[in-house]
Amino acid sequence: MPNKAIPLTVLAGSLLAEPVLAQESDGEGLYQQCIACHQLGPDADNLVGPHLNDLIGRQAAGLDGYLYSPAMDAAGADGLVWTTETLDAFLTDPSGTVPRTSMGYGGMADPQERATLIAFLTSQSANVGFAVDAEILALKGDPAYGEYLSGDCTACHARDAGEGIPAITGRSRDAFVTVMQAYKQGAITHPVMTMMASRLSNEEIAALAAYFENAE
Amino acid sequence: MTLNRRLFLGSSIAAAGALAAPMVRAQGKPRVVVVGGGAGGATAARYIAKDSDGAIDVTLIEPSRTYYTCFFSNLYIGGLRDLQSIAHSYGTLASAFGINVVHDWVIGVDRDAKTVALASGGSLPYDRLILSPGIDFIDDAVPGWSVASQNAMPHAYKGGSQTELLKAQVEAMPQGGTFAMIAPPNPYRCPPGPYERVSMVAHKLKAENPTAKILILDPKEGFSKQALFVEGWQKHYPGMIERIGPDFGGGNVSVNPDEMTVDIDGDVQKVDVCNVIPAQKAGLIAEAAGLTEGNWAPVNPTDLSSTMDENIHVLGDAAAQGAMPKSGFAANSQAKVCANAVRGALTGSTVFPARFSNTCWSLIDTDDGVKVGATYEAGETEIVALDTFVSQTNETAEVREETYDESVGWYQAITEDMFGQA
Ligand SMILES: Cc1cc2nc3c(=O)[nH]c(=O)nc-3n(C[C@H](O)[C@H](O)[C@H](O)COP(=O)(O)OP(=O)(O)OC[C@H]3O[C@@H](n4cnc5c(N)ncnc54)[C@H](O)[C@@H]3O)c2cc1C
Ligand code: HEC
Ligand code: HEC
Repeated sequence: MPNKAIPLTVLAGSLLAEPVLAQESDGEGLYQQCIACHQLGPDADNLVGPHLNDLIGRQAAGLDGYLYSPAMDAAGADGLVWTTETLDAFLTDPSGTVPRTSMGYGGMADPQERATLIAFLTSQSANVGFAVDAEILALKGDPAYGEYLSGDCTACHARDAGEGIPAITGRSRDAFVTVMQAYKQGAITHPVMTMMASRLSNEEIAALAAYFENAE
Repeated sequence: MTLNRRLFLGSSIAAAGALAAPMVRAQGKPRVVVVGGGAGGATAARYIAKDSDGAIDVTLIEPSRTYYTCFFSNLYIGGLRDLQSIAHSYGTLASAFGINVVHDWVIGVDRDAKTVALASGGSLPYDRLILSPGIDFIDDAVPGWSVASQNAMPHAYKGGSQTELLKAQVEAMPQGGTFAMIAPPNPYRCPPGPYERVSMVAHKLKAENPTAKILILDPKEGFSKQALFVEGWQKHYPGMIERIGPDFGGGNVSVNPDEMTVDIDGDVQKVDVCNVIPAQKAGLIAEAAGLTEGNWAPVNPTDLSSTMDENIHVLGDAAAQGAMPKSGFAANSQAKVCANAVRGALTGSTVFPARFSNTCWSLIDTDDGVKVGATYEAGETEIVALDTFVSQTNETAEVREETYDESVGWYQAITEDMFGQA
């Protein structure tokens, strides 16, 4: 099941033009190792490998227009979803994590480099050109408060995705915070979600992210 | 205060409460009794049981074994949903959440002894009582109509058999016949509900009885999402729907259920179906417990506790809480705030500040959905609105279809939030 794409009603040129954070530019440097096979950005196409926009939260082999290996298809069908953790494992040892994947890339051994690269990929997730401040991403939320706040969400978001309303459990904190901040800051708009997110403080979004990451 | 055993429930008592209330009680555990297993009560019971992990003894008292939601009942009347899809049972609340579900009516509350009396006899003690009994109708609100005439002229404003009856009557209308609706004055359950109903009846008639007419007799100057409904009616059902507001006698209406006539400011008309939605008040038990002022039960905005009794909370339609509409979404939202506060009071768990929200969708025709919503917080004395949105006229068909799809997702989510995932 492909991840539901976020409608981009505002693709702010100004956001794209903003200087990228140091952490991201390191990430962008590391991303050069992938660029021969994977594209990113508004005009990204599938090349040798699938494009990596909106990667966080995507089910493995989740793009419609790309022909994956049977191995990746099977991993996706088994429930593999790209999160900070699963990407970390995959990038450490691609063919150890998804045996017989057709990705011809040996792996990235250094944990720090992987973290930097994943942060960069996350900042490209759920939006094109919208990056959340590193400080906001670094906030540690209180899952107990998040659980209480989730009462404002569960009337619409069931455990499983419903018609017209996506499921929001089991995403990495970074991916969750990025989408919620994109609604809050108006980078994407939707009448309900804009209203719900604009009422939340950065700490409250962090609390919700901490709760929903492990919620069932 | 003495126990009030006045039988205010009339004939419906006989049908209910065949099962004697189990008096099992865990020693020493605080006891919460919830009256009414609807949007407010079921949610409150589930959240208290779920979040207290067995530390609180939760009993839910509800006469019906099956809860038919009023939400989406108009879609059932329009033929877009079947009855089974809006029916829910209490099985999961009992089996997965350990809630003691008692099928009975509560007929009185002894606030000094902190017990509730059951129609089948016996009583249950509580440390905290939560009432979410929904609405009842004000006597003589529509002259000529009483609950005794609800078979001839259904209200279909409580879920279940009334909804089925109204649908059957619409289906039995003669070609070119007249469907009349007597709309209620404010405040009432689900502000857009009567107008969504008109839309769904029109949807059905357009296919089955295209020359039929719909007449709305309305005591209100205006109504919820009016511009959106009027636009939709002109687009989908041109010439079918006529609304008579108070300026033309819509507020001076009486009925004769035996003759099937409506008297509109002196002008008597014969109709084929007459949907009478009378003026409303809090479910009778709120009044019997002495918790009402006027027609509704006033509550504190922080935890929905009654302003008259700190050990009793009133949720949903029955409460006078301030700015929130009487909706299932609102009752569910209030229930979660109340559950958090009740748990805190009984077990010392953290109580977070109150926050509420609401969204009401309405369907005008297939795939033509509209919505209105708001966020709320606790003000000094009542719940106040923070931020709102409403669908716009002239939206594209895509937007309207997405809006409808969302309402389908919401229905699934809120019923799971009330009853647990079956
Ligand atoms: C046609 C229609 C359409 C609607 N559409 C929507 C919609 O789209 N969205 C929305 O959010 N809301 C909608 N609503 C409103 C919604 O149904 C109500 O606001 C909601 O059900 C209120 O919840 P509640 O808990 O207050 O009452 P209810 O859900 O009515 O529950 C009350 C329960 O208490 C029980 N009870 C009453 N007295 C006693 C007693 N003495 N002892 C034991 N049990 C008792 C009753 O049997 C009942 O099950 C609609 C309503 C109607 C009529
Ligand atoms: C030599 C080409 C190549 C390089 C270099 C490469 N990949 Fe891949 N990648 C692929 C191919 C091919 C696939 C499809 C794998 C399959 O179907 O088994 C893939 C799949 C993926 C997927 C799964 C996507 C999905 O939709 O499920 C991720 C994530 C990924 N690559 C990340 C990376 C990252 C990050 C880098 C850089 C560190 C990288 N890849 C380097 C070729 C490459
Ligand atoms: C009234 C219904 C409603 C409520 C309440 C609601 N949401 Fe949403 N949410 C939606 C809809 C509809 C979408 C899809 C929006 C879109 O298409 O842009 C959505 C999208 C999202 C997304 C993006 C998911 C994705 O994959 O695109 C996240 C994250 C989210 N909501 C989180 C929340 C949180 C957290 C809350 C509570 C604070 C909440 N929502 C409350 C209806 C709701």
